[in-house]
Amino acid sequence: MIDFILEPLAYGFVLRGLLAGVLAAVSCALLSAFVVWRGMAFVGDALAHAILPGIVVAYIFGFSFFFGALGAAAAAVLLIGMISGRRRLKEDTAIGIVFSGFFALGVLFMSRITTYQDLSHILFGNILGVSSTDLTVMAVVVAITVISLAFSFKELVVTSFDSAHSMAIGLSPTLLRYFLLFLIAITTVVAIQTVGVILVLSLLVTPGAAASMISKRLKTIMIVSTALSLVSTVIGFYVSYYGNVASGPAIVLTLTLFFVCAFAWSHIIGYLRHASGGRER
Amino acid sequence: MKLLQKLNYGGSCDTPAVPQGAALSIDSLYFRYPGSSMRALDNISLVVNPGERVALIGPNGAGKSTLLNVIVGIESGHTGEIQVYGNPAHECRHRMAIVPQRSSIDWRFPVTVRQVVMMGRYVHLGWFRWPRQEDQDRVDQAMEMMDIANLAERQVGELSGGQQQRVMLARTLAHDADLLLLDEPLNHVDISTQELIFHTLEKLTAAGKAVIVSTHDLGVLTVHFSRAVFIDRRVIADGRVEEVVTPETIAKAYGFEFHKDYVP
Repeated sequence: MIDFILEPLAYGFVLRGLLAGVLAAVSCALLSAFVVWRGMAFVGDALAHAILPGIVVAYIFGFSFFFGALGAAAAAVLLIGMISGRRRLKEDTAIGIVFSGFFALGVLFMSRITTYQDLSHILFGNILGVSSTDLTVMAVVVAITVISLAFSFKELVVTSFDSAHSMAIGLSPTLLRYFLLFLIAITTVVAIQTVGVILVLSLLVTPGAAASMISKRLKTIMIVSTALSLVSTVIGFYVSYYGNVASGPAIVLTLTLFFVCAFAWSHIIGYLRHASGGRER
Repeated sequence: MKLLQKLNYGGSCDTPAVPQGAALSIDSLYFRYPGSSMRALDNISLVVNPGERVALIGPNGAGKSTLLNVIVGIESGHTGEIQVYGNPAHECRHRMAIVPQRSSIDWRFPVTVRQVVMMGRYVHLGWFRWPRQEDQDRVDQAMEMMDIANLAERQVGELSGGQQQRVMLARTLAHDADLLLLDEPLNHVDISTQELIFHTLEKLTAAGKAVIVSTHDLGVLTVHFSRAVFIDRRVIADGRVEEVVTPETIAKAYGFEFHKDYVP
């Protein structure tokens, strides 16, 4: 059994892959509670797709894909804000336009590059291609996310719950929203290494949703969400190694399975409470 | 520097209240929503003194909420002067608190009653400061006053409309403001909560605080308010309740005419 667990880790690139997965899992899962409860799933997905041209441009010109992605994310968020600002168009419409436009631009850039193989890793993740430099960058990004969340937790909660009150005390909900989008963007870039552009939304939404089936407390939701995300990443990683399947889908499907269990659990509990005739609590 | 000021919130406040001044003083206030060609507020002037309990009435769309939101700084871009205890309205946000309309709140967001009441203390804390014992005590007192101490660990989303409104008032009590703005606090509220709200507001005004309540429930006016302000983009009438609430204003507010010679 021990060998079963330790054997893959003897290879440096496999160990780095697992560490990368763990980092992405923690960062995404902590943000997940806010993504789920503030209804930011669509904008999260849009961000993940919108950073594609940034990554491709970085690839072509040979600078860090992290900054390429961040630049594209910033441009996308600003454009969404501009289009939906002044109450002319609804935000989801603006997101739809920018999201598809940026993604199309990314695919267009990609089609001009012959080494399609390298870039398919961006779409579907390449957990075993993580270099030690990548890992360092990822660790820094995750540290920034965790520390930022800890220090702005009460502000994020108050702007999410009651934007009128937060404005009345001089705290701008728009500012906090952009801040959260920034954290989602940098986290997405980290997670793209492990699951890719297409599946990163799963890491941002599913852990928080599953945890919300089990608890109604924000802090508990964040803890459970992180735990589920970590366990899913590790399980998915080993399934991928031994089953010789792609790591991204393996991780995402494990996570989805956890969600299905949590969903079923909450319904069974609800049914039992109802059947026993007792009022809730 | 200006950006830093914009990012900052809460913490201590250096501008002292001006004694013997008005709690709220509004001078020729104009406001227009972005993209709208019509003025939502048109030349409003209003003075509210400490200890006053004022009902803000008017038809739907008259700008009652808009006025409260402009005063508290939720809507920006007005012209005209707003002073709170002798200082520009948004200089010292401790002194002013709002119970917003129910619809502005995301009731499903997972927070407990205690967490929500604690939000009233945030203006005293600001960035990077966690609640201290003093804040915890204030929150306990506020929940005690609104009779919701037993609900402290419940999720706000699970509570009844009346209980939720008590939580919101407890939050403004924890805020410890001198000027309280309540936007339609009586909607979806049971009778005992309504009584508790008025009882609390009476205690606050007796202690020298000023309260403005927007409402479309004219029934409560004569019993609980000494003064009413009737607005319809402009101030139509301002004075003692029985002077302001006349058959003409009611007809204007609700769109039907009373027959003056009608005797029930």
